[in-house]
Amino acid sequence: MVPKRIGSIAAFTMASCLVLSSCATENPGAGVSGDPILSGTLVGVGASAQGSAQEAWVAGFQTANVHANINYSPDGSGAGRDAFRGGATQFAGSDRAFNDREIAEDAFGSCVPGTGLIELPVYISPIAIAFNLDGIDSLNMDADTIARIFVGDITRWDDDAIASQNGGVALPSTPIEPIYRADTSGTTENVADYFASAAPAVWTFGAVDNWPVRVGTAASQTSGVADALKNTGTIGYIDASRSAGLGTVALKVGEDFVPYSAEAAAALVDASPLVAGRGAFDFAVDLDRETTQAGTYPLVLISYVIACVEYRNKHIIDLVKGYLSYVVSVAGQDAAASHAGSAPISADFRSKAIEAITAIK
Amino acid sequence: MTTTAGPAVKAPTKPISKQRVGDRVFSGSTLAAGSLILAVLAAVAAFLLIQGMPGIVADPETTSILRGQSFWEYVWPLVFGTLWAATIALVMAIPLAIGIALFISHYAPRALATVLGYIIDLLAAVPSVVFGLWGANVLAPASRTAYAWLEQHLGWIPLFAGPASGTGRSILTAGIVLAVMVLPIITAICREVFLQTPVLHEEAALALGATRWEMIRMSVLPFARAGIVSGAMLGLGRALGETMAVAMVLSASGVVTFNLISSNNPSTIAANIALSFPEAYGINVNVLIATGLILFAITLVVNSLARYIVNRRKEFSGAN
Repeated sequence: MVPKRIGSIAAFTMASCLVLSSCATENPGAGVSGDPILSGTLVGVGASAQGSAQEAWVAGFQTANVHANINYSPDGSGAGRDAFRGGATQFAGSDRAFNDREIAEDAFGSCVPGTGLIELPVYISPIAIAFNLDGIDSLNMDADTIARIFVGDITRWDDDAIASQNGGVALPSTPIEPIYRADTSGTTENVADYFASAAPAVWTFGAVDNWPVRVGTAASQTSGVADALKNTGTIGYIDASRSAGLGTVALKVGEDFVPYSAEAAAALVDASPLVAGRGAFDFAVDLDRETTQAGTYPLVLISYVIACVEYRNKHIIDLVKGYLSYVVSVAGQDAAASHAGSAPISADFRSKAIEAITAIK
Repeated sequence: MTTTAGPAVKAPTKPISKQRVGDRVFSGSTLAAGSLILAVLAAVAAFLLIQGMPGIVADPETTSILRGQSFWEYVWPLVFGTLWAATIALVMAIPLAIGIALFISHYAPRALATVLGYIIDLLAAVPSVVFGLWGANVLAPASRTAYAWLEQHLGWIPLFAGPASGTGRSILTAGIVLAVMVLPIITAICREVFLQTPVLHEEAALALGATRWEMIRMSVLPFARAGIVSGAMLGLGRALGETMAVAMVLSASGVVTFNLISSNNPSTIAANIALSFPEAYGINVNVLIATGLILFAITLVVNSLARYIVNRRKEFSGAN
């Protein structure tokens, strides 16, 4: 039962908003100088992960363009992709890009067939492996060790596997209580994907979105995990923005241990290859979790904003361009960072994204 | 039950009362209210059947939420968890509720009884999400040491086999939260029923030399048995359907176990729907609605059973 919201698209949009990036961000007082402001309605459905980032973007964009109306409904990635394919929405939010089969079917309701998609990983959210031990703020661990904790192979904090990577840290001999997500979650999927690629010997379950191991406590939603992590001796995975006050694990990348940071998370997206065989503006990323490149943090969740390269409905093009330009702009990414705790995209990727957005017709 | 011949004699001469507008409006509106509840129930049942059927017959291979199991394999741990959590709650709540109700009705001084009655009723007004927060953030962490102790000293009983949960989010914690939630309902009904005990019965028992406890055992409890059962069944209904508190407190992993203190617990139908619905789409939604249909059926059976027990006991209650 996909909620199909057929947005009534206002028929008139200002015709001359050509200088894209200027529309949304640099002219908040549009009208004073006679600059065009955008109007009309855009409808999107998609991932709840980027829900609060979308809130920030919509608020920022609509403040600058008071007659524009952006509707983002965080019903889930699957619902978002289905609604976009059905043509009920003009853009989608999704925790994964469309796969090759879906691209080959080329059945996207709002797009002119054969023109392809724009898929932009604009929401980058580092995931922290957070723990609660009195007096310890940071621990170093490689992927194998973390995976062994979560499958119940390492059960005490002073296990040799942990102690050997953390010389000088006084580890208690208490049991470890792993916390995992009880509900289906993109966060789970990314952690599982990290284990599957970086610790394949321990993690044999693949990149599943439903936690496969029954070790430790199941907690619902991010807030449930955050609550459970208030207990001493627990370890869990959670949006990095929610790990304040907890100890976090620095992941082993190459020979170094990298604590999570916004820059390191964005760096992983830049360092990862694009999925092969896609259109010029399709930035579907194949995250390289096994990366050894210094300064990259391999445990991130990315969420895409997906739009058409060529729309059937020409009236909304300026609005789509304006909105997406705001999303990738410095102001938009900063708004998401402060509102949703995401990591801003790199300047390098921003210029590529703007190039893609300019090409929308 | 005293009848006199008076009305019977007068009856033939009395004209048939006139149907006034007020009478007709009133009887019409009560009829409408009565039918409305049936219509609403029928609409809910129809919704569950129509939307749930595709879920029951869904192909396990293509339905992501089933993970290759059949629908019945999927729903069984949930049914078990629902009944198990409700049982734990009632086992704790019923004796406590009877005790509180007896205290209010027969032991406490009148002023104290009134205040206590208000406080119990107040408990019923606390939203379940607040109980959930309390359970997850206060009760669960506080019970960790108790569970560790139980595992260490009573671990030979399968109920406390452990390993004890490191966060306290076990089904026993959920059961305690549920018990607190159903307590006001059962207490309120028991109190009302205990107060209905004919004073003559009580005084007779006391006059025969019974102590106050013997009087309660001989006259109050037998009289109130049906009321206690129906109060417990109302509480059971709430415990079966409780959603938020369980979803927030319980660490559910979908196993079927009687272990009370570990982190691996069966989920309940209502909590599972609440947790899985936000990300569900397509046929998965139908599967979840079908589990709702199962809960609907369970509740129906439980309530019918309660009605049956209440009706059967009525004659033996000693009241008449």
